[in-house]
Amino acid sequence: MKALTGLFWSGKNKRTCFSSWIEKGSMSSFKSKYQDELIANATYIGSPGKGILAADESTGTIGKRLASINVENVETNRRILRELLFTAPGCMECLSGVILFEETLYQSTAAGVPFVDILKKGGVLPGIKVDKGTVELAGTNGETTTQGLDDLAQRCKKYYDAGARFAKWRAVLKIGPNEPSPLAIHENANGLARYAAICQENGLVPIVEPEILSDGAHDILKCADVTERVLAACYKALNDHHVLLEGTLLKPNMVTPGSDSARVGPEVIAEHTVRALLRTVPPAVPAIVFLSGGQSEEEATVNLNSMNALQGKKPWSLTFSYGRALQQSTLKAWAGKDENIPKAQAALFVRCKANSQATLGTYKGDANLGDGASESLHVKDYKY
Amino acid sequence: MAMASAKLNTLSSQWIGHNSFSPRRGSSPRRLSLPIRASSYQHELVQTAKSIASPGRGILAIDESNATCGKRLASIGLDNTEVNRQAYRQLLLTTPGLGDYISGAILFEETLYQSTTDGKKFVDCLRGENIVPGIKVDKGLVPLPGSNHESWCQGLDGLASRSAEYYKQGARFAKWRTVVSIPCGPSALAVTEAAWGLARYAAISQDNGLVPIVEPEILLDGDHSIERTLEVAEKVWAEVFSYLAENNVIFEGILLKPSMVTPGAEHKEKASPETIAKYTLTMLRRRVPPAVPGIMFLSGGQSEVEATLNLNAMNQSPNPWHVSFSYARALQNSVLKTWKGHPENVEAAQKALLVRAKANSLAQLGKYSAEGESEEASKGMFVKGYTY
Repeated sequence: MKALTGLFWSGKNKRTCFSSWIEKGSMSSFKSKYQDELIANATYIGSPGKGILAADESTGTIGKRLASINVENVETNRRILRELLFTAPGCMECLSGVILFEETLYQSTAAGVPFVDILKKGGVLPGIKVDKGTVELAGTNGETTTQGLDDLAQRCKKYYDAGARFAKWRAVLKIGPNEPSPLAIHENANGLARYAAICQENGLVPIVEPEILSDGAHDILKCADVTERVLAACYKALNDHHVLLEGTLLKPNMVTPGSDSARVGPEVIAEHTVRALLRTVPPAVPAIVFLSGGQSEEEATVNLNSMNALQGKKPWSLTFSYGRALQQSTLKAWAGKDENIPKAQAALFVRCKANSQATLGTYKGDANLGDGASESLHVKDYKY
Repeated sequence: MAMASAKLNTLSSQWIGHNSFSPRRGSSPRRLSLPIRASSYQHELVQTAKSIASPGRGILAIDESNATCGKRLASIGLDNTEVNRQAYRQLLLTTPGLGDYISGAILFEETLYQSTTDGKKFVDCLRGENIVPGIKVDKGLVPLPGSNHESWCQGLDGLASRSAEYYKQGARFAKWRTVVSIPCGPSALAVTEAAWGLARYAAISQDNGLVPIVEPEILLDGDHSIERTLEVAEKVWAEVFSYLAENNVIFEGILLKPSMVTPGAEHKEKASPETIAKYTLTMLRRRVPPAVPGIMFLSGGQSEVEATLNLNAMNQSPNPWHVSFSYARALQNSVLKTWKGHPENVEAAQKALLVRAKANSLAQLGKYSAEGESEEASKGMFVKGYTY
């Protein structure tokens, strides 16, 4: 606990070996006054046995989730759901971070305890979604770029003051006959790099998320190739923008066949994913936190487990940053009813524990599969 | 070879516009959706790179051009003749037990085709010791027009057929040395040219069965601080890797030959091996994907002992790639001075080579100590404005 207090309250964490001498004037990455803290926080998120709960659904998106269990999309219900998640017994031990939507950052439990304080007390870093969604790139075949750079610095400062310590920005790319185009890759990589630099200037560890949608009939090799190209472009952009890689996280898709393509086993996914990462992600990045895309809860866990069970070079932590793949059975179990809350929280614990084991490569596939845990969560052309 | 089929490569080619390729109605052209990577040599490239990057071993660089070799011979009073060059290389390449510490030897073209006085091919001598023969393929540095008195490296013309010939002769890896000068900037132009040239060379090498050693040497010349070197090194390697990826180079089948991150030769403060190690490892961790199997440092004018101490400092804890040496002067200096051109000194000179090779082998394992090193070995070998 003592180390964590340091994380939240001061930038004087001396645990990491890079911090003190980098300060002596290295201009290669710009010198943020938050340097030590960024490195410590990014490293902490990759702690063995821990990962991220992505609970940053925008108001519109959470509305879809609530609708699926016949719950009205009003602030109270959104608050109740998030309180359910953050006070679920046993879950905080499995988490190093939770990504929040802006509204949630300022909400409290029914008893009036700010969510941010609940998380901190549980040793969980609060994070904040800072992008403003995607818009289409003119002249492309439906490719997009992500908005949100305007006033980002002020917003980051505000979020830091409110207790956030990391941020998230989702760029989206798709695979098609001519996609992703060089324009889409370049534009999204550049946006991610600008966002990352601004975050670091304001004390937030940027999660860099270039999601390549799984939509399509392509095979796993194609996904691997595209993933490698996109990640190479991202790291080039991050380097050009002088981002401190030791104070960032990567949130990539796993390398899988397209959603309309034949399935492959978790070992195949693990091999192609880790190889793609070995070819593109410098060891300075402390942790890679996978997105689950449209995978079912169980799939997402088993795939992560396979990666951590793989022998060979893996200089970064491989962990999770799951939204749907952590919350699906919880939502179903809750169904909007107070009396179901303990049951729903138990369901969340099952998934958290399973994914915690998956980060260690020790998951045996024996989690009590809740209702819907094996259900694919893929939605074509998914929009947040 | 890639040229034989006219299959379209949708990812590698930069499509101008949406519909540059309109398929004829009724036929569905078979498009290759993935880039062709290094044709049939992929497996061999990966194995060769792994073999060179084996624990406790590194590269002996003896690829001095005839002119440069002439300078070495002149320093011990010998004429620059083919006979003398052959005698010197024979001394080095027939050292018994060299393969315990050396995993690869970079040769100049003349040497690749030479044999011992008994008629045994040099490449066979190396193979016998499990040392992979390599070949320098660049054609030297020339002034870069429009730059700030900087250079660029020539050698792409005909590189494919030369590489194929070298492969036939027994070479399995190649080396191309370009340079970046901090006192001259470096200019963005010079860095881009250096990186792009390396990427093209690397792709062509792999296509012809040779593991490319990627060497952008950031020259020691200058009075800049170690922080400045770090900044430039990060920029250079970011561009190198970006272009290597664009050229579809397989990272599991390359080796790097960087300069260590040190202050400039004329900087007021010298840096300790520990400082050099920290800065160098930071640079590597920020720029080198773990798929690259080996990083073989150049010595660039450091003394024999310095080069070994610095390497040792870098291997005090596990790294995600093999961190080793590819030394020329730092392995050969004592050898030359012991040999002096006299046949009766050959054995002693070979022993001197083994001493340096073993020291660096220990440094690769993080187990080297400088106790007992000779004064000669500690002499700096920096030459201002050094040209090969």
